[in-house]
Amino acid sequence: MDVMPKWADVVLIPLISILLAAILSALVILAIGENPWAALKLMVNGALGSTYGWGYTLYYATNFIFTGLAVAIAFHARLFNIGGEGQALIGGLGVAVICLFIPWPHWTLALLGSAIGAALFGAAWAAIPAFLQAKRGSHIVITTIMFNFIAAAVLNYFLIGALKAPGMEPATAKFPQATHLPSFQDMFNFGETTFFRGAPANVTFFVAIAACLFLWILIWKTRLGYELRSFGHSESAAKYAGISPTKIIMVTMLISGGLAGMMAINNVQGEAERLVLNAVEGAGFIGIAVALMGRSHPFGVLLAALLFGFLYQGGAELALWTSIPRELIIVIQALVILFTGALDNMVRMPLERLFLAMRRAKT
Amino acid sequence: MSDTAPAIELKGISKAFGPVQANKDISIRVMPGTIHGIIGENGAGKSTLMSILYGFYKADKGEIFIAGKKTSIPDSQAAIAAGIGMVFQHFKLVENFTVLENVVLGAEDSGLLRPSLARARRELKSLAEEYELNVDPDALIEEVGVGMQQRVEILKALYRKADILILDEPTGVLTPAEADHLFRILENLKREGKTIILITHKLREIMEITDTVSVMRRGEMTATVKTSETSPPALAELMVGRKVLLRVDKAPAQIGRKILEVKDLNVTDSKGVHRLKGVSFDVHAGEILGIAGVAGNGQSELLEVLGGYEKATGSIKVNGDEIDLTGAKSNGQSRRARGISHVPEDRQREGLIMDFQAWENTAFGYHHDARYQKNRLLMDNAAIRKDTEEKMARFDVRPPDPSLAAKSFSGGNQQKIVLAREIERNPDLLLIGQPTRGVDIGAIEFIHQQIVALRDQGKAILLVSVELEEILSLSDRIAVMFDGKIMGERMPQDTDEKELGLLMAGMTTEPRGPLHEAVAAQLATAGRGTAKEV
Repeated sequence: MDVMPKWADVVLIPLISILLAAILSALVILAIGENPWAALKLMVNGALGSTYGWGYTLYYATNFIFTGLAVAIAFHARLFNIGGEGQALIGGLGVAVICLFIPWPHWTLALLGSAIGAALFGAAWAAIPAFLQAKRGSHIVITTIMFNFIAAAVLNYFLIGALKAPGMEPATAKFPQATHLPSFQDMFNFGETTFFRGAPANVTFFVAIAACLFLWILIWKTRLGYELRSFGHSESAAKYAGISPTKIIMVTMLISGGLAGMMAINNVQGEAERLVLNAVEGAGFIGIAVALMGRSHPFGVLLAALLFGFLYQGGAELALWTSIPRELIIVIQALVILFTGALDNMVRMPLERLFLAMRRAKT
Repeated sequence: MSDTAPAIELKGISKAFGPVQANKDISIRVMPGTIHGIIGENGAGKSTLMSILYGFYKADKGEIFIAGKKTSIPDSQAAIAAGIGMVFQHFKLVENFTVLENVVLGAEDSGLLRPSLARARRELKSLAEEYELNVDPDALIEEVGVGMQQRVEILKALYRKADILILDEPTGVLTPAEADHLFRILENLKREGKTIILITHKLREIMEITDTVSVMRRGEMTATVKTSETSPPALAELMVGRKVLLRVDKAPAQIGRKILEVKDLNVTDSKGVHRLKGVSFDVHAGEILGIAGVAGNGQSELLEVLGGYEKATGSIKVNGDEIDLTGAKSNGQSRRARGISHVPEDRQREGLIMDFQAWENTAFGYHHDARYQKNRLLMDNAAIRKDTEEKMARFDVRPPDPSLAAKSFSGGNQQKIVLAREIERNPDLLLIGQPTRGVDIGAIEFIHQQIVALRDQGKAILLVSVELEEILSLSDRIAVMFDGKIMGERMPQDTDEKELGLLMAGMTTEPRGPLHEAVAAQLATAGRGTAKEV
């Protein structure tokens, strides 16, 4: 018998966690002599108050959906892929190669090509740690985090070498016009009124939504998902059932790496339209928090990604318009991660006791 | 009872875990110098009660009196100080320490180890003489047998000046001879005035050694009686709450053709330990072959090889076809395709995924079956649910709710879910390990009936169990395993617990059935004791 109704587990606990994080953040803002209420209003306004703000929030959210899904699918097989950062960087390399060296006739084809390229590159980068885990027992946490550093170095090598555009900057040339993905501004332009003006959100957001749906079906409706969850819950039982651990580890990490890599469609092809150093900007790590908060459920990941998108954009606004320093915004984001991810039990335990007491009172 | 204060008295102990009331208003008096048995099915609350007494859990309500004095036991340190010693079912010993070091661990006299060890050595010697608790103080734990490990646990408690000794299912890992030795030790301890609480689910042990017995059912203490005034059927009825068939009714076996043929099976595990040493046997249609033996003598590996998830050398034929033992095709899926079903020994680690719902567990291992697929990509979850509902009805799984997680069912109902899945696959050969471990008596009856019914349909059944009684009552033929070898085969009507016990301990007896010559010769040259008895 479950102690709590499902809605409490899925909705109530994250909400309380966010509330606690917000209260603590408010206290911190108070402590440096700013008004937390005003700060909150500024954040909400900046992130959600205009289509411009939404454009940024959704852009960030798109990144986090991909990296969050990558971590979530691995979680289902009890694999902790913290190499999303590196996989997304290498995915960027894939996008750059596809966009620069193939003359695409139309953006739809370019999108398809770069999606495949990004996924293949990201998956390939995840394949090495997966292989080491499956065959040699090298712990995937250790290897994936080390591969983040290697990925950064690899990217560096190409951006000052083979892929470098003429000029001072370690970056590729701008991608051809045909690979330009329609931004929300292009899509929601109704002559007089233009929505999302200047914001980077683009068509990739819909790809991300599709990825959520795809993953939901994969995890709960297919044999592969069934085997993957079985393996995640109990490796010994999986062996009994004749499910190959090697196969599951490899396939799961390929999907995970592929999803992380696909983030590059958004930030490399969709926004920058060229590949620069450190293009991922930590989104790979945010993905861990997103997956934790989203309970590794694709739709949970979607919601959590939206929240983190809001925090990112709202935080940027805060840094711009108040004397609250940039570092404090990182503190606020960290508090949300801390409460939703790491301190889950702190909220869960008292809540479970409360529900128990309520049930006992009823009987 | 008498004017002496009870060694332990519990008054109105209650404890709840979440919605589960593990102990309900339990009161019990244990008189000093007696052996007091506590019997009950799995999940009846025995272990919870003892954990409260040993300070692992705090009771929600109730009082504890030790030797007439009200005592609070917030942790195990307090329990030890109050003179309570506990011998757990799973020993808590440091494998790579010596016996002496294990005894001293946690009870050192000072920061320097040497004086403690010297004192312990002297004390161990006198304890050994007093109670027949002989151990080699310098042997490493990992190198001594389970019988001695258990004696070390008892010594640990006595070294800490325990007057009250609690033993939790102490004979689960022992051979009958080792169990007898343990009972002699307990008698000696009792004679010296120690108080012993014996927790068990085996009626025989209760009848054999205890003075008083308390019966627990569903968290309540249903009765406390003098052992001399009760009987096994009466106790069983108190445990279950209704009359129970302790014997299995079955017709004589109709032996058919050979289904399983195992020849010279060898397994070496990842640590290089030889787990199976040239095992050979056959199982026929319509026959239950019971494999007896103390846990850890190769039975698990045998099941794993047959089930397809342990590599081996040798030969296995099913219906006359050779089975791949090492190649890529050797896995649980290929075995199932050959008509082998497997109810594994440990249903919580292997047979079920505890977090999965019942319906998801029903497809487990058979999730490639065509009847569970909607199309090439998607599984037909609705079909699996429907199948689960029907299976639950046929096997009387309670509650019959396919959406409940496996962990929410009792041990017996979990086992029924696994059985329904494996038996209804209509296999040629059913492997079944510890079919009734952790299963309540009521469900045992049902499970035994199902196994016999499958046999009567002409299926071959390989039964592995550490419960001799179960082996004797179910099997049509019995093979005994010791140290990775089959020590001998016997017909149940020609043998008894005593003879099987000797075989289980690695001693060979004059075979009354076919005994593998190689094994016999090997034993003779190894110079093991040979007990002859016809």
